[in-house]
Amino acid sequence: MIRLTNIHKTYQGAQPLHVLKGINLHIKKGEFVAVMGASGSGKSTLLNILGILDSYDEGEYMLAGTPIRNLSETRAADYRNRMIGFIFQSFNLISFKNAVENVALPLFYQGVGRRKRNQLALEYLDRLGLKDWAHHYPGELSGGQKQRVAIARALITQPQIILADEPTGALDSQTSLEVMEILKDLHRQGLTIVVVTHESGVAYQTEKIVHIKDGVIERIEENLNPDANPFGIKTQMK
Amino acid sequence: MRLFDIDRWEEIFDSLSKNRTRSILTAFGIFWGVFMLILLMGGGRGLETMLGSNLAGFASNSGFIFAENTGKPYKGFRRGRYWCIELNDVKRVKNCVEGVDVATPIIQNWGGTAMAGNHSCSVTVSGERSDYAQVDDPKIRFGRPLNDVDDMQHRKVCVVGTRIVEELFPELGKEDPCGRFIQLDGVYYCIVGVSGKSANGISLGGNAQTMVHLPYGTMQQTYNRGNRVDMLALTALPGYKMSDVQARTEQLLKRAHVIHPEDTEAVMKLNTEAVFAMIDNLFRGVSILVWMIGLGTLLAGAIGVSNIMIVTVKERTTEIGIRRAIGATPLDILSMVMSESVVLTLLSGMSGITLAVLILQGMEVGLRETAPDAQFQISFGVAVGAASLLAVLGLVAGLAPAIRAMKIKPVDAMREE
Repeated sequence: MIRLTNIHKTYQGAQPLHVLKGINLHIKKGEFVAVMGASGSGKSTLLNILGILDSYDEGEYMLAGTPIRNLSETRAADYRNRMIGFIFQSFNLISFKNAVENVALPLFYQGVGRRKRNQLALEYLDRLGLKDWAHHYPGELSGGQKQRVAIARALITQPQIILADEPTGALDSQTSLEVMEILKDLHRQGLTIVVVTHESGVAYQTEKIVHIKDGVIERIEENLNPDANPFGIKTQMK
Repeated sequence: MRLFDIDRWEEIFDSLSKNRTRSILTAFGIFWGVFMLILLMGGGRGLETMLGSNLAGFASNSGFIFAENTGKPYKGFRRGRYWCIELNDVKRVKNCVEGVDVATPIIQNWGGTAMAGNHSCSVTVSGERSDYAQVDDPKIRFGRPLNDVDDMQHRKVCVVGTRIVEELFPELGKEDPCGRFIQLDGVYYCIVGVSGKSANGISLGGNAQTMVHLPYGTMQQTYNRGNRVDMLALTALPGYKMSDVQARTEQLLKRAHVIHPEDTEAVMKLNTEAVFAMIDNLFRGVSILVWMIGLGTLLAGAIGVSNIMIVTVKERTTEIGIRRAIGATPLDILSMVMSESVVLTLLSGMSGITLAVLILQGMEVGLRETAPDAQFQISFGVAVGAASLLAVLGLVAGLAPAIRAMKIKPVDAMREE
C-alpha cells in the first residue's frame, strides 16, 4: 500500500535542516502502524509526506501503486481527497460549520450533490454514534465527540489509508481509549491506518511500531498482542 | 470549474452569514461608497433639472437688446442722448444681420392692475408678436397662444399667467378660464390662453405668473406706443453664436441711430447663451466633483474590502489549510475568496444603490410641490453601470487576498493551533 524508498527531506532556511535522512518503509494493505518518536525526530514530517501535504527531496514514494512525485497542487489535492483520510491532534474542524457539514466537506470538493453528501455524512456520524449531535457546531461538542466527527470526515471519501497525527493528543485518557477503540475497529474492518504519536501507550495498541530517531528508522517492532501492553491499562494513555 | 453549481453559492453564503460581523464590517465600506456616489449623482441631477426647469422654454441661443442713453458724443450729438429702438430697426435687423433667425419687438407696461368682477391683481403687461414664442415658449396650459391675426387685427385678446387666473377667478379652481374677460386700464380683453410657466423660471419683465401677454398691435394702439420698441428679442440660426449676432446687430443699430461705434453704454445686451454656458459649466464642475468624491469613496471602500479580506485570510489560515488538506485545490480556494469578495461587494453595493434610490425617490416626491420638474432619480442604465462597476471592484479587491489564500499550504493548518 505504502512504499517509501530512501526518502530525504531538508528544510531550507538560514540553517538547512536535514529532517529525514533516508527512510525506507513498507506498509501493507490492512496494517495498523504507529510511527513513534520524540518531538523533532521527523515523524510529523514523515506523516506530511505520507499525506502528500509536503514534498520530499530524494527517494521514491508509492501510494497504492501510484508514484507520488512532483505532483501539481491540483493533483495532490485530488489524491488527498480520494486516497487519504486525515485525523488531526487538534481535530481541525471548521468552527462555523456543524458536524454534518464538516463531515460532508470532502465530498463537496469531489462535486457530490448536497443532498447525497449530507445523507452520507449522517450515515457516517450515525456509525460513530453521533447521530443526535449531527447539527451541533464544533464549539458545542466535547473533545471526544469532535475527534469522532473528524474521523467520520476522514472516512467519508472511503480512502485507502487513514493518517492520524497524535489523534489522542488533546484528549483525556478515557476519550483517548474510545478513539483508539474506534481506530482498532476500523482496522478490523480492513482499513490501513498509520498513527503518529509520541505516546507509547497509543503506539502499543497498534500492530507494528516504527521507531524514528533523528530522521532515520531506528527499529520496527512487531506488536503481536496490541491489547496487552507493557504499561498496563491504567497508565497506558498518559 | 463548477462555477454555477448551486452548492457553491450555498457554501459562499454559508461562510458569509456564519461570520456575520466580519462580513458586515467588510461590506460597509462598499455600501457607503455606492450610497454616496448614487446619492450625490442623484442630487446633482436634481439640482440641474431644478435649475433647468427654471430655464425651460427659453431658447438657449436667444438675446435681448435695449436702448440706453448714449455714452459718447458723436457727430455733433452730446453725450447722454436719449434714443429708442424702432419698429423699422426690427425689420432692418431681420433683413441685414447675418445669422439672425427671429427678431421680434416687445413693449411692456409695469405695475398695471388687472380686474375682473370684484377681484384685482397687479400685473405686468407685455405686447408680443407670435414669433416671440420661439424665444420664450409660454408653455400654453389652456387655450392657444397669440397669433399673427390677433396682431394684425389688433384683437383685444390676451394670454395670462396662472396666478392671474387664481386671483381673478377663484371660483374656477383648476378649470379652463378661456373666454372670460379681464379689464386692464379700462379696456376689456378676452382670455384666449393660459401660460403654464412657473414663478421661479426665467422671464423677462417680472413674474411669468402675473404676466398679461397682449398682441403687439393691440398694445401698441391701446397704450399709444407708436413705433418705439422697448426691447428687441433675437434668436440665432443654428451654427451662429448669439454674441456675434448681437455684436453685428449693435453695429447696425448704432449706424442707424448715429451713435459712436465705440460707445459701450448706448446698447444694452442680454445673452442667454452666456447664461446657459455658465450654468452648463457649473454643472459640469458639479458632476466632476460628484464623480471624484463618489468614486473616491467607492475606491476607499474597495481598498477597505481588500484589506479586511487580507486580514480574514490570515485569520482563516487554519480553515483554508483544513480545506486544502481534505481535498480543495488551490483554484477552489482562489475562487472561494474571490467569489466571497464579489458577492459581498455586490450585495452591499446593491443595498447601497437601493437605499440611495429610495432616498432620491423620497426627495422627488417631497419636492413635487415646489419643484415639479426636478428629477433626482438616477436612470436604470446608471444603476446597471454602478452594479457592474461593483462586480469589477469586487474582483479586483478580492484578487490580492485570494492569491494570498491560495499560497496557504495545508501543513499550515496543523502548525497553527
